[in-house]
Amino acid sequence: MSDTKHKHTPAAAATPAGKQEYTITVYTENQVGLLNRIAIIFSRRKINIESLNTSPSEVESVHRFTIVIEETEEVVRKLCRQIEKQVEVLKAYYNTADEIVWQELALYKVPTDEIAEKVKVERLLRENGARAVLIRKDYTIFETSGHREETDKLIRVLEPYGLIEFVRSARVAIIKTSEGFHKKLKDFETAEPGEEAMENEYLDDREEVFTM
Amino acid sequence: MSIISEKVSSSPKGTAAKPVTEEISGSEIVMRALLAEGTDTIFGYPGGAIMPIYDALYDHHDTLNHILVRHEQGAIHAAQGFARVSGRVGVVFATSGPGATNLVTGLADAQIDSTPLVCITGQVFAHLLGTDAFQETDVINITTPVTKWNYQVTDASEIAETLAKAFYIAKSGRPGPVVVDITKNAQLQKVPFSGYTPCNHIRSYRPKPIVRNEFVQQAADLINKAERPFVIFGQGVILGKAEKEFQKFIEKGGLPAAWTIMGMSAIATDHPLAVGMLGMHGNYGPNLLTNECDVLIAIGMRFDDRVTGRLDKYAKQAKVIHLDIDPAEIDKNVKTTVPVWGDCKETLPLLTSMIEQKVYPQWLQKFKDCQQKEEDKVIKEELNPSTDILTMGEVINTLNELTKGDAVIVTDVGQHQMVACRYAAMNQSKSNITSGGLGTMGFALPAAIGAKFGAPDRTVVAIIGDGGIQMTIQELGTIMQFKPDVKILILNNKFLGMVRQWQQLFHEKRYSFVNIESPDFVQVAKGYYIDGQSISKREDLKNALKTMLDHKGSYLLEVMVGKENNVFPMVPQGRGVSDIVLSKEEI
Ligand SMILES: Cc1ncc(C[n+]2csc(CCOP(=O)(O)OP(=O)(O)O)c2C)c(N)n1
Repeated sequence: MSDTKHKHTPAAAATPAGKQEYTITVYTENQVGLLNRIAIIFSRRKINIESLNTSPSEVESVHRFTIVIEETEEVVRKLCRQIEKQVEVLKAYYNTADEIVWQELALYKVPTDEIAEKVKVERLLRENGARAVLIRKDYTIFETSGHREETDKLIRVLEPYGLIEFVRSARVAIIKTSEGFHKKLKDFETAEPGEEAMENEYLDDREEVFTM
Repeated sequence: MSIISEKVSSSPKGTAAKPVTEEISGSEIVMRALLAEGTDTIFGYPGGAIMPIYDALYDHHDTLNHILVRHEQGAIHAAQGFARVSGRVGVVFATSGPGATNLVTGLADAQIDSTPLVCITGQVFAHLLGTDAFQETDVINITTPVTKWNYQVTDASEIAETLAKAFYIAKSGRPGPVVVDITKNAQLQKVPFSGYTPCNHIRSYRPKPIVRNEFVQQAADLINKAERPFVIFGQGVILGKAEKEFQKFIEKGGLPAAWTIMGMSAIATDHPLAVGMLGMHGNYGPNLLTNECDVLIAIGMRFDDRVTGRLDKYAKQAKVIHLDIDPAEIDKNVKTTVPVWGDCKETLPLLTSMIEQKVYPQWLQKFKDCQQKEEDKVIKEELNPSTDILTMGEVINTLNELTKGDAVIVTDVGQHQMVACRYAAMNQSKSNITSGGLGTMGFALPAAIGAKFGAPDRTVVAIIGDGGIQMTIQELGTIMQFKPDVKILILNNKFLGMVRQWQQLFHEKRYSFVNIESPDFVQVAKGYYIDGQSISKREDLKNALKTMLDHKGSYLLEVMVGKENNVFPMVPQGRGVSDIVLSKEEI
């Protein structure tokens, strides 16, 4: 249950409108059309998805979405409820940046002659935590992963040498306190799901704030 | 069928002891699934991509009563009427492309009003998907925002399981419409079939949240301490089949209760604790006193903006208890003090057991005082007008005298809908069939047809405006052919009345395209071999209504009513519920 606790520090990262970056993790069945079903929950409310990644999860047959948006906690909570309401969604969590470990991956294509002539490639790679994925006569592809600032930094480093192409992946994230989905799924599979499946961060929160 | 089973038994593997596995077509599996789910009525319209299913239906038309509508929108509204009045799943057939897109309005309507439907659409052959084939539309993506669930089947082996899921999803938890899109090859394809297993569990789907006793207890504590508790309820009570549980709850607690338009008829409209309807054109007391109660108990309702008015002026003084089966509704619009998740069929008895037996005579008197004020300022003139011109209210009131509140009232959208819901008497559940959340003009005529099939023993009266009837008037053809006994009551004010009212009140009477002309409705009905008459005089009203009700078979009665009458009270848009006005002078 621990991964559903959402202890936030809203003041720290909050933008003036009370919005901040949230990472939403959604466990789903692997079903055609579900991406659209989830995406329209955001688009219908004119909420821009900053980043969206779908991938397998730790559990075979269970899919995992990682969605990043800038919103207030109230809006994010409502969005997660709407997401969880979808028949093929097992669970949706939302977390602030400090509650997760996240990475993005970036690829950079640069002309080999330029880069080989002018820089100590070894040092450049080391300094930026990057590696060469492909080296050809005409171009070289570097790869790095990390937070936005880190992947951005390498753009600036490579730009003088004629960056031909750049691409960055969506965010992938792991919730620090999560125990994964294996155990939970068992509960979901029973006809009468217990607290694990039904747990509800909202009610737990309410226990703290509600007094008679 | 017999040919098929012969084939099976003559095959070398066929032995009598094993569960019989037959080779049958996807279309035949559709039939078996429907029969296994207890379906006996289908509303539909054939076409190229669904022809194999219609071909299979040919062999089952004695057990599966198929109603051929005149437009697919008619089919889905009929299925909605059927579902709403019977509490069963409505079933629709439509072909691909235009057939399927014609369902969209009804899907949106059923989605927002939580109506259980299974809509089966034909689709082009799987190998043609994405080629812009004849009558190919992306039905799944078009219907995703307006369905609880949808799925495209491209292989016959998937049909049984998919339909089992479809029925389960449509009717469980918070009900809703489901679309199953079946490609033509899957309908034709023969696969082994060894029986249909209904679905009762999907691991990623939890129709009912666990009831948490501690929250029920907290809710009970709040109610027990309350001085001015107020219950507002919606369709959840009806969908949860919890009318009895609800009545016990309010009676033990002595709690005044008001309904949303969708909750209407869950308790008898003349129940001593019934204080009327909420919302923009609801009753004065329930709206005003929402902002005076100390504990607001919302049951199976979703705080629609037509109910709450301005949210920042809504029940700010009250502690709010919200009972709902859909977790996403809790705190969506109104912040709750105590949420009680769960099926109200389970939570209400629990709550009732924890509350004290009480009465609140002074608090109830406040509702009565408000009612009196509304009587004096609105109701008297509406029901006993000082002019010769008929009002909608007196038509409904006279209808009440004749039906004694036993009829199913199906309304369209507009002034007549609000007036009907304000004044109609209803003494049993599932009597009010209306398009609440979507406000779909054209809903009533087909929905009334479906309602009659869903409740053949009840009198079904469709109350429709002169505008709305013209949106789905083609369904008179369905009545002509299949002869459901539907009483059609047109309240003709020669205007798109509700829009006209707004133009009068909020747009300086600039009547922009609201004066709608109508055909001779009685003649139109005659063309469909449906009897009818048109009246405009008070002295004819009662007899005309009686003739309509007594008539064997469908009947169309047009009543000419005041052209520029307005519906009051009214919570003007953008205002709080306690800003409710009783006349246009107060706006
Ligand atoms: C499909 C659709 N189109 C437009 C509207 C907007 N609308 C709401 S009420 C109304 C007027 C209805 O007029 P009528 O059917 O004559 O009923 P009345 O209000 O006069 O009783 C209109 C146009 C609607 N609700 N539904």
